[in-house]
Amino acid sequence: MLNIDQKIRVLVAKPGLDGHDRGAKVIASALRDAGFEVIYTGLHQTPEMIVNAAVQEDVHVVAMSILSGAHMTLFPKVRELLDGAGANRILLTGGGIIPVEDIEALESQGVGRLFGPGTPTTEVIDYIQNWFVGQDTF
Amino acid sequence: MSTIEKEASGSSELLVLLREQEAELSELRERLSRWEQSYAQAQERDSLFSTVSGREIKPLYTPLDRSASQYQDALGFPGEYPFTRGPYSTMYRTRLWTKRQFAGFGTAKETNERYKYLLKQGQTGLSVAFDFPTLMGFDSDHPRSLGEVGVCGVAISSLHDMERLFEGIPLNEVSVSMTINGPAIILFCFYVAAAEKQGVSPRVLRGTVQNDILKEYQAQHAWIFPPEPAIRCIVDMFEWCSENTPNYNPISISGYHIREAGATASQELAFTLRNGFEYVERAIARGLDVDSFSPHLSFFFDVHNDFFEEIAKFRAARRIWARMMREKYQAKNPESWRLRTHAQTAGVTLTAQQPENNIVRVAYQAMAAALGGTQSLHTNSMDETLALPTEKSVRIALRTQQVLAFESGVTNTIDPLAGSYFLEALTDELERDALAIFEEIDCLGGVVPAIEEGWFQREISMSAMLQQREVEAGDRVVVGVNRFTEGSEEDEIETLRIDPVIEESQVAQMADLRAHRDPEAVERRLRELQESSRTGENLVPRILECARVYCTLYEIRRAMEDVFDSYKEPVFF
Repeated sequence: MLNIDQKIRVLVAKPGLDGHDRGAKVIASALRDAGFEVIYTGLHQTPEMIVNAAVQEDVHVVAMSILSGAHMTLFPKVRELLDGAGANRILLTGGGIIPVEDIEALESQGVGRLFGPGTPTTEVIDYIQNWFVGQDTF
Repeated sequence: MSTIEKEASGSSELLVLLREQEAELSELRERLSRWEQSYAQAQERDSLFSTVSGREIKPLYTPLDRSASQYQDALGFPGEYPFTRGPYSTMYRTRLWTKRQFAGFGTAKETNERYKYLLKQGQTGLSVAFDFPTLMGFDSDHPRSLGEVGVCGVAISSLHDMERLFEGIPLNEVSVSMTINGPAIILFCFYVAAAEKQGVSPRVLRGTVQNDILKEYQAQHAWIFPPEPAIRCIVDMFEWCSENTPNYNPISISGYHIREAGATASQELAFTLRNGFEYVERAIARGLDVDSFSPHLSFFFDVHNDFFEEIAKFRAARRIWARMMREKYQAKNPESWRLRTHAQTAGVTLTAQQPENNIVRVAYQAMAAALGGTQSLHTNSMDETLALPTEKSVRIALRTQQVLAFESGVTNTIDPLAGSYFLEALTDELERDALAIFEEIDCLGGVVPAIEEGWFQREISMSAMLQQREVEAGDRVVVGVNRFTEGSEEDEIETLRIDPVIEESQVAQMADLRAHRDPEAVERRLRELQESSRTGENLVPRILECARVYCTLYEIRRAMEDVFDSYKEPVFF
């Protein structure tokens, strides 16, 4: 059963070559302030680097920020590598400049909710908390 | 004793004048204090009354808010020291700002078509947006480029791509700005070589390359080499350009990305100018005459939401630059004191909700840029929080500038807001803020040590977090996001999509290029470049040789990286 006191561990990641980290850092700070344990990868990570970090740090959630338009390549790739590493229970979520049709397509490929510009950080926090409570064991 | 008193001694006429002025001031103080008492009774609206940068704004400004500095000292005339009222003496009465829309996507061919469209629409200069692989120095067929080729800008991996980018666009006539930093010296050489192919000499090239690596470490994060070798490449370009490209700016010292990453107006102003002085110091240390390169230093600022604070920022920037260049760095040529700038409306203020409202935001910001005296301007398109802009939304953004330039009347007189008690007080205040921040940076040992310990990055992140909190608490209103949200859900506009086929076609082009060049020449030129990287020799001629024999971006980067190493960022949040 879920231990209520267990801290939710989140890896905030910046995949690809995109250097826009304002969103990633704001989210990382907000999640930490909300009591999560947050690890931030830094910039310019490959999908392999992100998945290695997620497995090594034993996180519950990987949250990726992508503003480069490469989301249709990077989200499925990270999902595939996570599943391949036996980490299919890890929630893959994120945000950035992602058109609605792409969000729908990615959600059908096993990616969690994706958040666009203007989303309050509380909405992201609530989403992760609700997801976590919905998991019976971890 | 004030100047007036000095001059007045012995002259009874002036003494009378002085007394009258004193009487007027004391009456002003009295009336202001009465006004303040009555204002204190009023019920203010429930609003922050501070700028987006958190600066408190008083309800009223009067002559009492102007610091003691005299008109000639602090403002002077446009085109004259300290340039507060504008870098040129006639400003928009003789020449409007350059309307320069930043554009690039897909392969060189698609972007070339967009450029021709923009020139036909009345745009007066070009501005190249590169894709992320190019910005980071990777070829389109490098594994790290997967999924990003041509998505956020145009893919340029060799001279061949650069030639196609400007096919049918005469580089002796059109001025071109290129937003590239980490590998700026390489893309610049591709550009010079492409001009050569058109039969255009470097001497007539007009334009700018961003080439501002310090703000990359601080804010935008498209770096390759560590600070020291990266700065060496920049000074190499200052040196080469001062001899070979008299009409070209080898750097655009940029506050835009610093601001967009979260900085306040004062931080943007101070970090940018301090970076500029760093380059000046490095070039002087190389032995260059300050007046040989300084006239070609150009700037790039953000124009954010707070109308008056933004106008004041431009005016303060010119004044600080002029004073420091003349007094501290001993520049003798007035061209070295003159700060010329490009401006872009603030992408970060655009909302994905009710995107058409962005047209209005952009228009106000553009007006602030014009009133601040910018030399060129990019206006953002309404759909940029959703995707790259469509042709229609780019046209509206350009039309916004044209309405401003030709219909609004703000171009009729020079620096029309000068003398406003409020604006002059804000200009003084921003100047004071910047000088205080310069001192803080000096205490940390200068720009590079402050970057290495993550100071700039932390300052910017903290400001971003504070702004986010204000918005989420509802204290800072964002129309359509945290207030007036009716209609925010259903509003959808058409967006541009980049065809994934572009990546395949670009990768195929690369294979073709590699098969059809002279491999022996490629190898020799790269070896020579590496050799020169080890010695202190100027790298521009070497990289030009590489470009001419079609060495690719990544090959040139690798040759240098073997000597220079790559940058490792300090990670924190």
